[in-house]
Amino acid sequence: MTEAAIRAVDVHKTYRGRGGTAAVRGIDLHVRQGEAFGFLGPNGAGKTSTVAMMCTLTAPTRGRIEVAGHDTVAAAPRVRRSIGVIFQESTLDGELTAEENLRFHGELYALPGAAAAARTRELLGLVGLADRGRGLVRTFSGGMRRRLEIARGLMHRPRVLFLDEPTVGLDPNSRAGVWEHLREVRAREDTTLFLTTHYLEEAEECDRIAIMDAGRIVAEGTPAGLKTAVGADRIELRTGDDPAAARALRDRLGVEAETPAAGGVLVRSGDGAALVPRLCAALDVQVHAVTVTRPTLDEVFLHHTGHRIRADGAGEHPADPVGTAR
Amino acid sequence: MPVAVRAAAEARAGRMVWLREMLHFVRDPARTVMSLFHPLLFLCILGIGLSGLVPGEGYEAFLFPGVLVMAAQAPAISVGVSIVWDRQMGFLREMLVAPVARSTLVAGKCLGGATMATCTGGVVLAFAGVAGLPYDPLLFALLLAQLALASLTMTALASLVAVAVRRAQTCNTVLGVLVTPMVFLSGMMFPVSAMPPWMAAAAMANPLTYVLDAMRRTIAAASPGHAASSLFEPLTLGARQLPVALEMLLVAGFALAALAAAGAFFSRSDE
Repeated sequence: MTEAAIRAVDVHKTYRGRGGTAAVRGIDLHVRQGEAFGFLGPNGAGKTSTVAMMCTLTAPTRGRIEVAGHDTVAAAPRVRRSIGVIFQESTLDGELTAEENLRFHGELYALPGAAAAARTRELLGLVGLADRGRGLVRTFSGGMRRRLEIARGLMHRPRVLFLDEPTVGLDPNSRAGVWEHLREVRAREDTTLFLTTHYLEEAEECDRIAIMDAGRIVAEGTPAGLKTAVGADRIELRTGDDPAAARALRDRLGVEAETPAAGGVLVRSGDGAALVPRLCAALDVQVHAVTVTRPTLDEVFLHHTGHRIRADGAGEHPADPVGTAR
Repeated sequence: MPVAVRAAAEARAGRMVWLREMLHFVRDPARTVMSLFHPLLFLCILGIGLSGLVPGEGYEAFLFPGVLVMAAQAPAISVGVSIVWDRQMGFLREMLVAPVARSTLVAGKCLGGATMATCTGGVVLAFAGVAGLPYDPLLFALLLAQLALASLTMTALASLVAVAVRRAQTCNTVLGVLVTPMVFLSGMMFPVSAMPPWMAAAAMANPLTYVLDAMRRTIAAASPGHAASSLFEPLTLGARQLPVALEMLLVAGFALAALAAAGAFFSRSDE
């Protein structure tokens, strides 16, 4: 399906009071059905406001949004039936059991009773909580709550699942667990995921991302595409004879090779990993080590906004080393 | 979607909101036990203590409807607190993003609170003997029905406050400030006929006054001994007595108006 799951046209949101803060200043967006789309930006970029508008919780000051083909203002009930929402803060009832929380959801979305019971079992299994259905939610860990919320958001088979900072406040282990289940959800349910995050590694999980800063989208594309647009991969070689190696690469492959003062040979390329075998084959000198470093999303972010995504966020949650190959 | 299907879906959602309140209620029996302490204190100490001062018989019986309403008051008010709490804890958003009318959510909450309040009052009703009332099933059924109406009125008011005042601390203060005069000015401890005109005017504007009057007249009808007491003289508006049915209708109208206002307020508020 190539139908749009979300279409936003010139969306603005200005809050009354607080000096009329403009949280969102003109967003245009097109998210395809089945896609995982990420909104990357620091806290206060306007991500949560945008999600609130898409979820019909607040109306745009200007512009319009269509979710699953329905206008979020004129056809809010239809939009609500088509979406699942996982908010930044937990919205579970701790005094109810996991099953009761799901049942509450099923009743509010008027799911047929027998189907809802079957769906409850299916989803608790999907998120790895099959044996905790009768447990009171207040006894659950943060990761378990998040997974239960994902299950709840999927109860009514939404076409689009919104996740606002889905793993904020979770330890790396729980975060990995949540993503494992989200990947499974995508594979099994063909649900469109729309998530906001200020974690770079979470953005890497998306098919496409939009970088948001100060209420505007400053860049949009696939994570790899955005990184390629910003700069090439760095290939660093440690060889027995660096100047000879650089010369050989220039002569035989026609690639620009530098020999930095610190030693080694440095080559830049759009697709570093693919070039490595050719580099090695072209060299007569001994190669001790090859390191490929891809530009990180943090560099992409810096390039488009002029600042790093968030000093504290990066500290607690370092950029993913996925681009490093050895 | 056809209207009937829509209505059925709203009814299911409202029922589930009600059921959630019930689950909270049965899982926290300590709260119910504690909320019984205050009204029973009033009945057994204030009632028995003052009965020696008040000429004639039956002050405990006079006080009894007020004690019932008092027992219902704490759980009824807790609906307002629970709406604010749901907002604070985030659960409210789970309800707000669902395809359900906000007035349905308010109605479910209020009916839940009214059920809890009526059940709590029902426990106090078992102490009717202390106040010298006969254990008459019809009397109990009528008193419970009247208590349910009083409970719904109080929950509707509490939810109106909760949707209008969003800050938890402010909401608790407003509820406390609102409820105490409502109980004092309802003729609970002394009859409206004994009030100076300004106070009586305030009492006549209070829906609980009519509930208590209706309850006393129900008691007097079932227990003729009390009917003779001057304490049990029915409420008069000008020189006329209002029929009990009309009193109940007035209170029901008030409760529905408060409920509608709360629903409207809730629907209008952004987020």
